[in-house]
Amino acid sequence: MPRILESIGCPFCGCSCDDIRVTVSDDGNTILEVENACSIGSEIFLNASRTNRITRPRLRQPDGTMREITYEEAIDITARAIIRAKKPLMFGFGSTTSESQAAAARVMELGGGVLDNCASICHGPSLMAVFDNGYPTCTLGEVKNRADVIVYWGANPIHAHPRHMSRYAIYPLGFFTENGHLRRTVIVIDPRKTDTANIADYHLQIKPGRDYELFNAFRMAVQGFEDEIFETVSGIPRQMILEVSTILKQAKFGVIFFGMGLTHTDGRNHNVDIAISLVRDLNSSSKWSIMAMRGHYNVAGPNIVWSWTFGFPYCLDLTRKTHAHMNPGETSSVDLAMRDEVDLFINIGTDAAAHFPIEAVRHLKKNFWICIDPHVSMAAEIADLHIPVGIAGVEVPGIVYRMDNVPIQFRSVISPPDGVLSDEEVLLRIADRLEERTGSRYGIPDSEKAGQNTNGYRSATG
Amino acid sequence: METVTMTLVQQPELYLECYSVTPDLFAGKSLAEIAELPAHEGKILWKLGDFFKFEGKSGATAAETKIVVNGNVKRMKRFGQQMTGGEIVINSDADMYVGGWMRGGKITVKGNADSFLGIAMEGGEILIEGDAQNHVGSAYRGDWRGMSGGLIRVKGKAGNDIGTAMTGGTIIIEGNAFIHVLTHAEGGTVIIKGDVEGRVGGQMVKGDAYIFGNLLYPLPGFKKIGTVEKEVDGTTYTFDQYIGDLGERKTKKKGEIIYGNIYMKI
Repeated sequence: MPRILESIGCPFCGCSCDDIRVTVSDDGNTILEVENACSIGSEIFLNASRTNRITRPRLRQPDGTMREITYEEAIDITARAIIRAKKPLMFGFGSTTSESQAAAARVMELGGGVLDNCASICHGPSLMAVFDNGYPTCTLGEVKNRADVIVYWGANPIHAHPRHMSRYAIYPLGFFTENGHLRRTVIVIDPRKTDTANIADYHLQIKPGRDYELFNAFRMAVQGFEDEIFETVSGIPRQMILEVSTILKQAKFGVIFFGMGLTHTDGRNHNVDIAISLVRDLNSSSKWSIMAMRGHYNVAGPNIVWSWTFGFPYCLDLTRKTHAHMNPGETSSVDLAMRDEVDLFINIGTDAAAHFPIEAVRHLKKNFWICIDPHVSMAAEIADLHIPVGIAGVEVPGIVYRMDNVPIQFRSVISPPDGVLSDEEVLLRIADRLEERTGSRYGIPDSEKAGQNTNGYRSATG
Repeated sequence: METVTMTLVQQPELYLECYSVTPDLFAGKSLAEIAELPAHEGKILWKLGDFFKFEGKSGATAAETKIVVNGNVKRMKRFGQQMTGGEIVINSDADMYVGGWMRGGKITVKGNADSFLGIAMEGGEILIEGDAQNHVGSAYRGDWRGMSGGLIRVKGKAGNDIGTAMTGGTIIIEGNAFIHVLTHAEGGTVIIKGDVEGRVGGQMVKGDAYIFGNLLYPLPGFKKIGTVEKEVDGTTYTFDQYIGDLGERKTKKKGEIIYGNIYMKI
C-alpha cells in the first residue's frame, strides 16, 4: 500500500509551504504523487526519485574527466584545500537546512575564510537597509488574517512565489479578512506589465530604476506635502500618487512585499531603506508592515543562524579568528571574485555558476572549485571536486526559515540513495578533519603559514 | 618632520591589509621594528618587511612622522586607518579604506582610491589626485554616524554613496558623481563640481550639498526657496537654494524647523 504523508514542507521558494501531501511507494523509495504544491515544488519532489543520480564524489582528472572517489577522500581533499588556501570562500546555503548552515559556520571558523550566502546576490541590500533603518515586519499568518491592502513592489509572485497570493496574501479567507480577495486592495509597482500586475487593482508602471524618487513622493504625500510633488514622478502622474497614498493611509493593515526590483537596481539598500521609512510614516496613521520576498525556502536561514553565531547575517570574513568582519562591497562573493581576492571556492546549496555574472565565474574558476550539491548543476558540471549529498527537504529533514523568519521543521519523505551523506554530515566531517589536521579546536594557528606565491590549492588535488 | 620611505619589493598574491601603515604605529620605532609590524593577507599573518623595504627614520610622535609609499600598492587596503596625525603620501593607486576612521593628519594618494575612502572619518585631510569609488566619507554598515569632521578632496570622479549618514566635515568631488549624495545625513557639506545623476539629499535631515553641474533626476522632496550668494572653496557663486527632504523627519532649533539644503549653481 502506498503511504500518504501529510503536512510536508516544500523545498522550493521562500513561501516554504508546509501543507504538501506526498504519496510514497510501498518500499518508501519512490514519490508517486505530490498534491497542493505548485508545479515547480512538485518537480523537486518527483525529480528526487528518478534515476541517474550521482551517488559518490567525483574528482576532476588532469585529462578533464571525472573519476569517482570515496567520501573519505573527498573530505580530506576539501580539508587540505581549506588549510592551504589563504582566503577560501564558501557560498550558497539557500537550499539546505539550518543544521548544515551551523556546520558550515564551524568549518569556516576553523578554516579562516569567507562565508557568504545567496542574500549576497539577492536580498543582501535589504539586510543592509534593516541595519540602517529597522524592520517593521510581521508574519505571513498576520498577513492572511489581517491585511486588507497588499503592495507588491518590484516582485512578481505569480512566477517567483507561485502560492504566495493564494496561501498568504490575497485569496485566503482569514480571521478578520473573511471575504478574501473581494475586500483586499492589491497595488503592484513594476516597470513591466507582469502577470501579477494583471490581477492588481492598481498597477503603477514606474520607470526602471526610479523607485527611490517614487518612495520619496509617497512620503511627501503621507506627510502632507501633496502640493509640492512634481506633476510626474518616475513616470507616475501626481494624481495617481495622491490616490494611491490615500489608500495606503486608510488601510486597516497593509503590507509592502518587495522583491529584486528594489535590491537589483541602482541604490539597492537605499531603495529598501526609504521603503522602511515610508512604512514608519504610514504607521503614524494606520498599521503597516514590510517584508522581503525571500527567494529560496531557507535563504533566510543562514542570516538567522550566522547572526546568532557571529553577529552578522552574511558576507562574513572570518579570516582573522579574533573577530568577524562584514562589509558587502568588500566581503561579498561577487566582489571578492571580480577582484581575485579569494583562492578557493566552495559552492553549496545553490548554483553559483548559473547565478553569478559570467565574469565572476571565470575569475573563481582560476582556483580549485568544490561543489557540494545533489544534482549535476552548472556549478557541479565545472567543478574540480563534486560531492553529492541528499536532497534537503525531500531526503534530509531539518529546520528552515520561511521568508518571514518563522522556523519550520521539514521532514524527509524518502531516504537518500545508499551511502549518500547529507550536507550537514559532509560539513561536520570536514570540520573534524580540519581539527585533526591542524591539531586545534580554534582554527589554524598563525604559525602555520602557507608558502608565499605557491598555488597550494592545485597540489591539494594530487 | 622625519620621513620613512617604504618601497614595495613583493606583490601579495591576494590583497594585503596594511592597517599598520600609520604614523601612529611607525612613530618612535626603528626601521627594523617597523618591518616587524603585522599585515594580513587573507588568514595569513605577515610582517610589513615581507613586502616592503624601509629607508629613512620615523619621528618621535605621529605628528612628526611622514610615510612615503613607493611602488604599485593597488592591491593593498587600509592605509592610514585610524591615524591621528602626521602624513602619508602614496605614489600610486591604493585600494579600499584609505583613511578609514581617521582622526587627524594628512593622506595624499597620487593615483586612484577604491571604495570606503575616509569612512567614519573624524578629522584630518585626504587628497586623492585621481578618482575615488563608492562610499566616500560614508558610515560603516549599520552605523548612523558617517564622516563627522575633516576634509576629503577627490580631484577626479566618484561613485555612489558620498557622505551617507554624514554628520560633519567637508567632501569635495571635483569631477562627476553617480547617485546618493548625503543620504540620511545629519550635517556636513558635500561639494560636487561636476554632474550628478540623482538622489541628492534623500532622507536628509540636515547638511549642505553644492552642485556645480547638472542634477539629472532631482528628488521630489526638495523645494526651491530662493537664490543666494555663497562662498564655496574660496570663490563666491550664485546658487538656487532648495530645502528638504520634506518627507523625512524634521529637527527643530530655537523653535525653527531645520532642513537640509541643496545649492544648485546658476
